[in-house]
Amino acid sequence: MTSLFSAAGKNIPCTIIEAGPCVVTQVKTVEKDGYNAVQLAFEERKEKHTSAAMKGHFEKANTTPKRKVVEFRHFTEERSTGETISVDLFNEGEFVDVIGTSKGKGFQGVVKRHGFSGVGMQTHGQHNRLRAPGSLGASSYPSRVFKGMRMAGRTGGARVKVQNLEVLKVIPEQNLIVVQGAIPGPKGSYVMIEK
Amino acid sequence: MDKLAQIASQLTEKRNLPEFKAGDTITVHFKIKEGDKERIQQYQGVVVQRKGTGVTKTFTVRKNSGGVGVERIFPDNSPFIDKIDVNKRGVVRRARIYYIRELTGKKARIKEKIVNTNA
Repeated sequence: MTSLFSAAGKNIPCTIIEAGPCVVTQVKTVEKDGYNAVQLAFEERKEKHTSAAMKGHFEKANTTPKRKVVEFRHFTEERSTGETISVDLFNEGEFVDVIGTSKGKGFQGVVKRHGFSGVGMQTHGQHNRLRAPGSLGASSYPSRVFKGMRMAGRTGGARVKVQNLEVLKVIPEQNLIVVQGAIPGPKGSYVMIEK
Repeated sequence: MDKLAQIASQLTEKRNLPEFKAGDTITVHFKIKEGDKERIQQYQGVVVQRKGTGVTKTFTVRKNSGGVGVERIFPDNSPFIDKIDVNKRGVVRRARIYYIRELTGKKARIKEKIVNTNA
């Protein structure tokens, strides 16, 4: 993340994303595949690291091997295989959704993981239960813990979608877009941008 | 400089602010908008810290206003900063002089650094 100053002098937090150029490697249709989607590929990959099956797939689209292959549904415009999609798709002032994998946080307690408030007091007989979850439910009825009870466990590292981020800037020469606010994941991770 | 910082610095205009650090006394000429009129206010005080890197760098200036300590944080790249004058170079042993918050009167003075301009 970084920040920009708007024309009014406001300090706006923002994130720089390298978006594209993506190559259309396959167009899926209802007749053939049962659903509509456009498959996009991004970032070069060395040929020796690509499997023969994937090499053939990229050859069909007349491109070099790519690192990431992702399907997008709900494309409004018709796309054909081999076409390149670049940042020109986005305009300044538009709102986009960004999907990524959040930073892994490891095994975390309920306060961090589910926003429990903890016990709340450090005194009054309290000694080691400050961030404990408290009761898991009633006693003889139901005599079990309900499924889905929120407890401690692995946190983060999940697919997260952040909606309605404003596109502040589009820089076609460097294939960059700048969106307002934060996006999921660490620096250098891959994200999907939806309009 | 890594790639991200490089791009970020491209997006912001280059500012030519004088170099200063914690312990220095500076005057910040700050543009203030009142309605549609703009005027410049001066804010003089001691730099408590320089914080951050690249385009998000900031500095904190502390001054005493009518017996009350006031601290203001300015972003280096703020378009409202007209200019900065460095009035005094101070001799301090820390990069962040938080201890000055507890000191008042004569104790809150900072020794001035003698800068050799002939060299």
